[in-house]
Amino acid sequence: MPPLVELENVVKTYGQKEKTNAVDGVSLAVEAGEIYGIIGHSGAGKSTLVRLINGLERVTSGRVVVDGHEISSLKEREIRPLRLGIGMIFQQFNLFRSRTIAGNVAYPLRVAGWSKADRDKRVAELLDFVGLLHRAYDYPEQLSGGQKQRVGIARALATSPKLLLADESTSALDPETTQEVLRLLKKVNAELGVTIIVITHEMDVVRSIADRVAVLADGKIVEEGKVFDIFSDPQTDTAKKFISTVIRNQPATDDIQRLRSSHTGRIINVEVHESARVGEVLSHAHERYGVRFEIVYGGISAIQSKSFGSLTLELSGSDADVERLVTDLRALTTVEEVAA
Amino acid sequence: MIRTATTDWGQLGPLLLENLWLTLYMVAVTLLVAGFLGLVFGILLYTTRRGGILQNTAVNAILNVLVNIVRPIPFIILIAALQPVTMAVIGVTIGTTAAIFTMIVGATFGIARIVEQNLVSIDPGTIEAARAVGASPWRIITTLLVPEALGPLILGYTFVFIAIVDMSAIAGSIGGRGLGDFAIVYGYGRFNWEVTIVVTIIIIVMVQLVQFFGNWLARKALRR
Repeated sequence: MPPLVELENVVKTYGQKEKTNAVDGVSLAVEAGEIYGIIGHSGAGKSTLVRLINGLERVTSGRVVVDGHEISSLKEREIRPLRLGIGMIFQQFNLFRSRTIAGNVAYPLRVAGWSKADRDKRVAELLDFVGLLHRAYDYPEQLSGGQKQRVGIARALATSPKLLLADESTSALDPETTQEVLRLLKKVNAELGVTIIVITHEMDVVRSIADRVAVLADGKIVEEGKVFDIFSDPQTDTAKKFISTVIRNQPATDDIQRLRSSHTGRIINVEVHESARVGEVLSHAHERYGVRFEIVYGGISAIQSKSFGSLTLELSGSDADVERLVTDLRALTTVEEVAA
Repeated sequence: MIRTATTDWGQLGPLLLENLWLTLYMVAVTLLVAGFLGLVFGILLYTTRRGGILQNTAVNAILNVLVNIVRPIPFIILIAALQPVTMAVIGVTIGTTAAIFTMIVGATFGIARIVEQNLVSIDPGTIEAARAVGASPWRIITTLLVPEALGPLILGYTFVFIAIVDMSAIAGSIGGRGLGDFAIVYGYGRFNWEVTIVVTIIIIVMVQLVQFFGNWLARKALRR
């Protein structure tokens, strides 16, 4: 099956005299049924990128294909009906203040030309799905941020799109509400089979729901892959920095200084993952190697139900014994010396 | 000198009523026609801006220049300046119909600016949300722009109503007649302060009623 969304060398340039490339040669493919994260700092071009997918912004060059339709070469008038098959939710929710919750959700159905009876039925169904049926006749300003985003999701799903674009959809929400909205997005993906492209600057969002992720910097994809792979083995500094915002299992410079001042032994970082039996080696550290160890820093997390992490150990014993233990650990996993 | 002679309301009364009716007629027709044209021009001013849903630099520039030319002209000068146009369109340059024509021209461009300014306050995100579900510009204008800005628009039109009442008084100078003209001719012109004050009170009451009604309607639209 061809990918649902395909971008081929997409460029978007702004400005007439001083041209700046907001999106600079991006190619990616999103498979039907997956949740695809695009992470980047503000100004990395991710909001522009997502708008190229539903044609709200037009490409300067390159191809954008969604569900077999070449969005990048169609006229605005030809794209309009296709947008009914591409839902979109926004950071600021962008609900219509002049309409009730039900009216907001019904809006895309009006655009699609549904009859009043069909609209009412579908709106009730959607509001029930997002758990807001009892608020149907309230106005957006009466809802909390999380509720507003749930209405946004119901509105985006009204015409049963195959694809949902989520543009910083949790960035205006507190952590608890963020999780609530992410759970709902996961439910949308799992129960309705909707493919979701999640644009965010929060690595936690990617960790929580995405299957694959692209790291965007200066309009370019600098790293792309399965979320677990990016988290456990990031290649670029940008990716490493994003990961360190949610996972801090390796000591930072000031932590190392503190550790050095209170620990005299050799200090190493040991990478932990499921197949590496680090614990088994360590449990025999004393009897087999004559080495004592202390865990001085570290953490183990799970991404997509696979665990990975890092432990910082202080090893004490004779230099030769310690070296023997380190060598055996190296055979199992990555070991780094912690410099003074 | 203010003469305190008793006013013959038996004779002036029906005349006052006739002029009240003429004022209401002039104001109503102007508000209706200029209100509609101003809404159209205002929406065009807003939507043809850069980044607007009907972005069109040429149309936007032309409308802006037109509005900026007509708006600052004092109404009494506009009446004189428009005479050739009034002649061409209406066939005469004096009388109630000629006055209404001039009022419509003056009011349309003022209203256009007021409409544009109220539309600017709409969150662009909601327009993007409508575009994202495939709504056409025409649908966005009718089902989103106007409803989202309805409260401020009602207040804007209430303000415009009062400005048009003001215009209608000046329109008396080209034989438009109406309350303003009546107050000048029978009050000011004949040193009858009583007539002037009666007409003034009528206008104040009229304006107050409309302002109250406008405020009430806007509150309903804003749900506050």
